[in-house]
Amino acid sequence: MEANILVVGRDRSILEVIERLINAHEGWHATITETEEAVLKAFKEKQYAIVFVSAGYSAPEEEAMRQKLTTLDPGVVVTRHYGGGSGLLENEILGILNKEKQ
Amino acid sequence: MTTILHKANTRGHADHGWLNSFFSFSFAGYYNPQRVQFGVLRVLNDDRVEGGKGFGSHPHDNMEIISIPLEGSLAHEDNMGHKGTISAGEIQVMSTGKGVFHSEYNNSPDQPAKFLQIWVFPNKLNVDPRYDQVRPDPSKGHNALQQLISPYPGPEAKAAAGNAEGTWIYQDAWFHMGTFDAGRKINYDVKRSGNGVYLFVIDGAFFYNGQRLETRDGLGVTDVEHLDIEAAEPGSRMLIMDVPMQNNIQ
Repeated sequence: MEANILVVGRDRSILEVIERLINAHEGWHATITETEEAVLKAFKEKQYAIVFVSAGYSAPEEEAMRQKLTTLDPGVVVTRHYGGGSGLLENEILGILNKEKQ
Repeated sequence: MTTILHKANTRGHADHGWLNSFFSFSFAGYYNPQRVQFGVLRVLNDDRVEGGKGFGSHPHDNMEIISIPLEGSLAHEDNMGHKGTISAGEIQVMSTGKGVFHSEYNNSPDQPAKFLQIWVFPNKLNVDPRYDQVRPDPSKGHNALQQLISPYPGPEAKAAAGNAEGTWIYQDAWFHMGTFDAGRKINYDVKRSGNGVYLFVIDGAFFYNGQRLETRDGLGVTDVEHLDIEAAEPGSRMLIMDVPMQNNIQ
């Protein structure tokens, strides 16, 4: 299943690993960003199925981003990425895409 | 009271040759919408790593990671400066907070290492990462539950709570483990209102509420304040994970 996935976080080295892991999966395409401005810019250029909020962003910041992005695209899933490593990342994406199919 | 039974032979499974894993909850390519988590308990992996093999450097963040070696030992190294081994009988905790890179390898060149990897969602985000490794007194875990994990950081908080055993995580969670002779009873009081309890049989078998739980079976129990469990075989070992069913991030 094809999916564009946007990841926003404040730790560049973690973002780069997440990007590599997502892109290693056939049909999944990652964009990584560090700021809210960059998120909004990326969001206007491409349609994303998932926006992962990663390390460095607080729960209120995550909620504010969810409000903004779902206003722009009610179909997008904005959710916390808990950095459990590759196994959890793959599973988080499978879970979201599975729900979308239903 | 509600219960959910996860029989050992219904867990997810992945065999990569060097790594043989059974997943009590959805993990990696195993996705079962009925088994994503039990409250804040998200991952319970039963791993066997072949000699000399392991996980190269990789990041984690905002996850409480508890490793319980069952056989053999693991060599751990992280970018917080920790380097050492963790062996059967010890417990390792990493609060990964705003981010940590670590590697883990079987410390033996030719003997397998077996361990449980347990991941719990934290109740605080982006904390400074911390690492802890403890060796509970083995004499206290025979025919008694021994506390491995609590929410109480530091001796003062533990003393105030009346229990100084084990280590701690950023979550209102308690882990206990014990090995029991056949017929011995475990009387367990749930530690916090709203918590559920996940029973995981490491060795042997137990009875709970008329249900026989075999080795590596898991049983989630919610809406209960007290559990009466009985060991069904000699040397039966159980891990009890008492966790919030809703995560209240502070």
